[in-house]
Amino acid sequence: MHIPDGFLDAKTWVSTIGVSSVSVGYGIKKLKKEFDYKKIPLMGVLAAFIFAAQMINFPVAGGTSGHLIGALLAAAIMGPFSAMIIMSTILIIQCFIFLDGGVTALGANILNMGIIATWGGYYIYRLLDKENTLHPFALFVGAWVSVVMAALAASIQLAVSGTIPFSVVLPAMLFWHVIIGIGEGIITVLVISYVKKVKPEILENGVEW
Amino acid sequence: MKKFNSVVVGLLIALVIGVFLSPFASSFPDGLERVAEDKGFIERAVESGLPSLIPDYAFPGVENEKLATSLAGFIGVIITFGAAMAIGKVVSRKESR
Repeated sequence: MHIPDGFLDAKTWVSTIGVSSVSVGYGIKKLKKEFDYKKIPLMGVLAAFIFAAQMINFPVAGGTSGHLIGALLAAAIMGPFSAMIIMSTILIIQCFIFLDGGVTALGANILNMGIIATWGGYYIYRLLDKENTLHPFALFVGAWVSVVMAALAASIQLAVSGTIPFSVVLPAMLFWHVIIGIGEGIITVLVISYVKKVKPEILENGVEW
Repeated sequence: MKKFNSVVVGLLIALVIGVFLSPFASSFPDGLERVAEDKGFIERAVESGLPSLIPDYAFPGVENEKLATSLAGFIGVIITFGAAMAIGKVVSRKESR
């Protein structure tokens, strides 16, 4: 769902860069107060894993593909503030090293996949799993919602930019991302169930060197 | 030592995905690209023209497409790991270092 250069007009890309910068800045400030240094390696591994997983496009119906975003995966394992930072790091690397996602669209891509997907998915996950037990059903629904909300946000940005009318882009974006979100849910549940089974202590304490 | 291993294992899993699975990823357009094609605004996409190390996940100068993707995956995983570790170091509580 990486928006390329040219899809967003100036007011939209400037304002999304603003919103994303403020949100990520707030996240960094928050983490500086509470981030445990023992979790540094986990942050590295999780970011590397999500980057790799994002390269794996899986085919969905009718000649279209999707790939993991990973926002809820990161948020469920490390919390939403760390997830925002992990997702932003990945999106910045993808933008400047791999030309995946436009430079002017970087703010929008961080907003959609790093902030809205993270918080939207995490809110729903915690609503369904108040004790934060990494319950598969809550993870699945949270992951699915994170993709659908990111698609909704991208649709709004495209429409506000005058690229395509909202009534045209929204149903089309939702149609595909409702399906792609199922893949997101399955991968998120599988990965977290695997970690929970083989290394449950990682989810409690992070990884120590 | 055991805990050190889980970092190595985690990174290895990421490398296996990035290096060995990535060449076999679907090359179908993703959801947004598909919508842009169907609704006729894909041609609005422009290249920024910025120089980049590995444009479009294909290591430059490598003719074998699968190998070019694998190399891109390898470098991307390592860079992402390093960058996230560095950011983790910057944001971690000073008193606990």
